[in-house]
Amino acid sequence: MNADAGRLSPASRLRRSTLAFAAVSIVALLVAPFFLYPVFLMSVLCFALFACAFNLLIGYVGLLSFGHATFFGGAAYITAHAVKVWGWEPLSGILLGAVGAGVLGVIVGALAIRRQGIYFAMITLALGQMFAFICLQVPFTHGEDGIQGVPRGHLLGLIDLSGPLAMYYVTLAIFLIGFFAIWRIVHSPFGNILKAIRENERRAISLGYRVDRYKLGAFVMSASLAGLAGGTKAIVFQFATLTDVQWQMSGEVILMTLLGGIGTLVGPVVGAGLVIALQNYLAASDFPVTVLIGIIFVICVLLFRRGIAGEAMAFLRRRAAG
Amino acid sequence: MSTIFGISAPALYGQILIGLINGSFYALLSLGLAVIFGLLRVINFAHGAQYMLGAFAAYLLLAYTGIGYWPALVVAPLLVGVTAVVVERTMLRRLYGLDPLYGLLLTFGLALIIEGAFRYWFGAAGKPYSPPPQLSGALNLGFMFLPIYRGWVVIASLVICLGTWLLIEKTRLGAYLRAATENATLVQAFGVDVPRLLTLTYGLGAALAGLAGVLAAPIYQVSPLMGSNLIIVVFAVVVVGGMGSILGAIVTGYMLGVLEGLTKVIYPEASSIVIFVVMAIVLLVRPAGLFGREE
Repeated sequence: MNADAGRLSPASRLRRSTLAFAAVSIVALLVAPFFLYPVFLMSVLCFALFACAFNLLIGYVGLLSFGHATFFGGAAYITAHAVKVWGWEPLSGILLGAVGAGVLGVIVGALAIRRQGIYFAMITLALGQMFAFICLQVPFTHGEDGIQGVPRGHLLGLIDLSGPLAMYYVTLAIFLIGFFAIWRIVHSPFGNILKAIRENERRAISLGYRVDRYKLGAFVMSASLAGLAGGTKAIVFQFATLTDVQWQMSGEVILMTLLGGIGTLVGPVVGAGLVIALQNYLAASDFPVTVLIGIIFVICVLLFRRGIAGEAMAFLRRRAAG
Repeated sequence: MSTIFGISAPALYGQILIGLINGSFYALLSLGLAVIFGLLRVINFAHGAQYMLGAFAAYLLLAYTGIGYWPALVVAPLLVGVTAVVVERTMLRRLYGLDPLYGLLLTFGLALIIEGAFRYWFGAAGKPYSPPPQLSGALNLGFMFLPIYRGWVVIASLVICLGTWLLIEKTRLGAYLRAATENATLVQAFGVDVPRLLTLTYGLGAALAGLAGVLAAPIYQVSPLMGSNLIIVVFAVVVVGGMGSILGAIVTGYMLGVLEGLTKVIYPEASSIVIFVVMAIVLLVRPAGLFGREE
């Protein structure tokens, strides 16, 4: 679950509980649509994957991107356009969205990694805003209206996705594949070098690693996975609009990750679930959602920097050690 | 009608003027950001919200107490400054010594709270605020009509920028501030109250944003979201200029404002993104920024 977990003294006990946790989670996700509203669950899964992709960058390379909506929303536009206008099959549309987000990631990433820390955040924010302006002006995004009425179609020409259950299991499969990819990346030698860069960039350079290439590689992977989430969202909700590319969306994904726990694998999933549930709950009342999101930000930063999963992990570790 | 490069001259002058005005706000806001960042190592995301608070303070002072533009020019920045001091004392202070990203996230959260609350109370629509009678009307300069208030904004912002620069470069307080930016521990060892200096700096930076807000109120409409889009452009301006130099922030602000105005005449479709494009080019050619130092 967490890289640190492997280093602990009762390591095998922890690994076994991790496996058990994963098994229980997957079973829970499989039966969930029979107890909860499937559209809500699909929304959570899309945003959870988006947050996990974002976390790959902040949690494992230490880079705070304030423009990840570009990849999420950009992919949503590409997928929606491919499926609706070109009549593509949904899965290939989603994959095209992910590839498109990866290409955007190369452009944004190559510029942004030229500065570090706080500047990186400002540059990604500014480039994200620029992308949002472009989306407002180019014809294929249909400006303020967005691309509406995207057909869900048949998966690989076989499975009809118009029903909520079929769509849910496809979304779940995409989420699990994305999540597994992130888990593999984090635990690969490549992931260890990323962590080394996060901990001490100069040291990593002096050890002979071409840090910029690793950073760009991580950036593009994170962008593509965010695009995978965005493309899936466009099929699930059957539209792509400006909301998905604007800076508020970049802020939301930061909040989900921060609330759940930066640098933990399950944290972003927990954070996404909570934030989406909260938004759904508040949609009925007239309490301004932005204010609440702001309050959670302030509380997390001041009191709760490890996030929910981070705190839980620290608790388990204390118990395992003591 | 005279033309320059096929563009009518009055349109060109008009857009240059608008560019200068936008540039004034870019300069004022990036100046405040640079002052705060220099000492606190915090990127103040709430800067746009504080600018909006300044404009709203002026609007509310007039609507509820009848206090006009000229007193508001002093009172509104003071109010914004005082709230900023409270924020620094109660929240921002706890984050010194941590990763500077936390300061960015905290002030981002604060900006969301302030803007969300104002939108809840006042709605998203803009509210008009008329310029004071002394500054309404227009001057005929022979080649164009200059609305007096706009001329005043350009001059006032130049004076404020210059004043802030003098305060930092030529006064004792400024010397403390620059010294603490270089080495806070050493300055504290000399008996300067650095924590108070930090509080004061954040208050001053926020008050500058509030002052810009009051200046902006008669030009743009007073609305809860007037700051949030502006602040992102200002971030790009700061990346272009580099935050190492106060004068650099000011010059870059005006320069990019005018460039944006010119783009509006030559190729209007690109006017909303030209500053970001400049930022991308600067990052490729000179990553540290035009006036920045490599850190």
